[in-house]
Amino acid sequence: MTLVSLLNRMPGDVAIGIIWGIMALGVYLTFRILNFADLTVDGSFATGGAVCVVLITSGVPYPVAMAAAFAAGLAAGLCTGLLHTLLGIPDILSGILMQLALYSVNIFLLGGANKSIGVGKYSLCVSMLAVSISIVMEIIIAAVIIGVMYWYFGTAQGSAIRATGNNPAMSRAQGINIGLMKVIALALSNGMVALAGSLMAQLNGFTDVGMGRGAIVIGLAAVIIGEVACHTLFRKRTNFMLRLVFVIIGGVIYYMVMGFISWLRVPTDGLKLFTALIVAAFLAVPYLKGKASSSFRKAGRRGADDL
Amino acid sequence: MIQIKNIYKTFNPGTINEKRALNGVSLTLEDGDFVTVIGGNGAGKSTLLNAIAGVWPVDEGSIYFDDVNVTGLCEFRRAKYLGRVFQDPMTGTAADMQIDENLALAARRGKLRLWGWGITAAERQEYKKLLQSLDLGLEERMTAKVGLLSGGQRQALTLLMATLQKPKMLLLDEHTAALDPKTAAKVLATTDRIVEEHGLTTMMVTHNMRDAIAHGNRLIMMDEGRIILDIRGEEKKRLTIEDLLHKFEEVSGEEFTNDQAILSK
Repeated sequence: MTLVSLLNRMPGDVAIGIIWGIMALGVYLTFRILNFADLTVDGSFATGGAVCVVLITSGVPYPVAMAAAFAAGLAAGLCTGLLHTLLGIPDILSGILMQLALYSVNIFLLGGANKSIGVGKYSLCVSMLAVSISIVMEIIIAAVIIGVMYWYFGTAQGSAIRATGNNPAMSRAQGINIGLMKVIALALSNGMVALAGSLMAQLNGFTDVGMGRGAIVIGLAAVIIGEVACHTLFRKRTNFMLRLVFVIIGGVIYYMVMGFISWLRVPTDGLKLFTALIVAAFLAVPYLKGKASSSFRKAGRRGADDL
Repeated sequence: MIQIKNIYKTFNPGTINEKRALNGVSLTLEDGDFVTVIGGNGAGKSTLLNAIAGVWPVDEGSIYFDDVNVTGLCEFRRAKYLGRVFQDPMTGTAADMQIDENLALAARRGKLRLWGWGITAAERQEYKKLLQSLDLGLEERMTAKVGLLSGGQRQALTLLMATLQKPKMLLLDEHTAALDPKTAAKVLATTDRIVEEHGLTTMMVTHNMRDAIAHGNRLIMMDEGRIILDIRGEEKKRLTIEDLLHKFEEVSGEEFTNDQAILSK
């Protein structure tokens, strides 16, 4: 438990954190922009990993494998969207159903519960064997995704998705096909999540059907940590681009904190507990801050002085 | 021309809550007609508006906008022909989006929304001029979130959005009911100006008899899902509240009691 060991593990933690951040951009799309609590991500993250590993180990170059992972995520999100819009299943339930279905799909794809890529056999986009280059690659990918998202949500279609998430009744009255917008947004979101899954599988050199377990919570953690950090630093000067950048930073902060906790020799089985605690803490901070500035207790005290 | 032919709508059919909301409504509006709709609670005023807007399918009958039969079109497909302002100021706008973005959304009503810009620099100039015409100072706050506006400002903005692309019909569903009297009067004045400027075919539901008489060229009164009075032209111009109450008793054969408080405000 030396400081050196903490410093040594930091680059690896950053590499993993950025990937969670990329995944969290997908969560941001559904959770914040579309206002849809999509639980598909736990499944689609692992699907991305599974598709990528299976293709790479059968000799397909990694860019193609990653594109296929993205496409698999699109398909998963499409299914969630259709369950919700065509069959009228509530949002959380359609996500849970897809997550469940994807678990079987992922085992079927992998031909088992996990699969390793094998050290040095294939050329990969990112790898723990070359952490600094991997971090650079991840930053480039994140920057491209943020750029595309920034552009897309400024287009007529992106604006329609934002309106759908903000006020469905108004959107219908303005002629927006809100069902279609939800399906598009869910597909894109899960595509991004699966792409992040393919990066994680390559970084670790193996994938596991359980890889996505708790991904939604990590995604929310990254989104919320990012928002709190962004608001603290920039206050009213925040804009959409900064918010997206801070989702990535949120992912990194989240994973650094987790790294610090495991450096403290907390047993691995206890890590999920800490994830929940961290997310609860970040969710509570803005609320408690608001209460501190305007509370009944203080008002009561002020009122008592007037007697 | 808007033609509504013998439409029926029953909510919760076959249950204890069955409610026959529209009971054979037929109505033809000429281009440029501005009709006000009055009636007590549950008379079917808002239901009629929702039937025209396509919030749900009607049970029987048909609705034509000019020669287009829209009876089978769902709400968002019908939206291209309609401008709508709602009773609740929160309903008509996207609170977390900017004023100019809301206008840009409305400008694309009924158009394919693909990957062109959601708003262009030329549009911003145009919106600035339009917002100036409202005289609420909104042209200085174009990038402010709509959620920061007051109810009256939001209704005025929604009105602008509804008419940004000239609709075949403007539907106003008690759009001043949630506002204080002074703001309501201002929004109504803006309504009159915009309707006149574009010669819009308009239907305005109101609870306020005075407003119903003062605005528009035609007045219909509804009761139990039917149109029981249809007054237009010179007769409408000379109409007084007393006339209206008298006519109601004449037509329905009932004393004007239950809804009197609401209607004669």
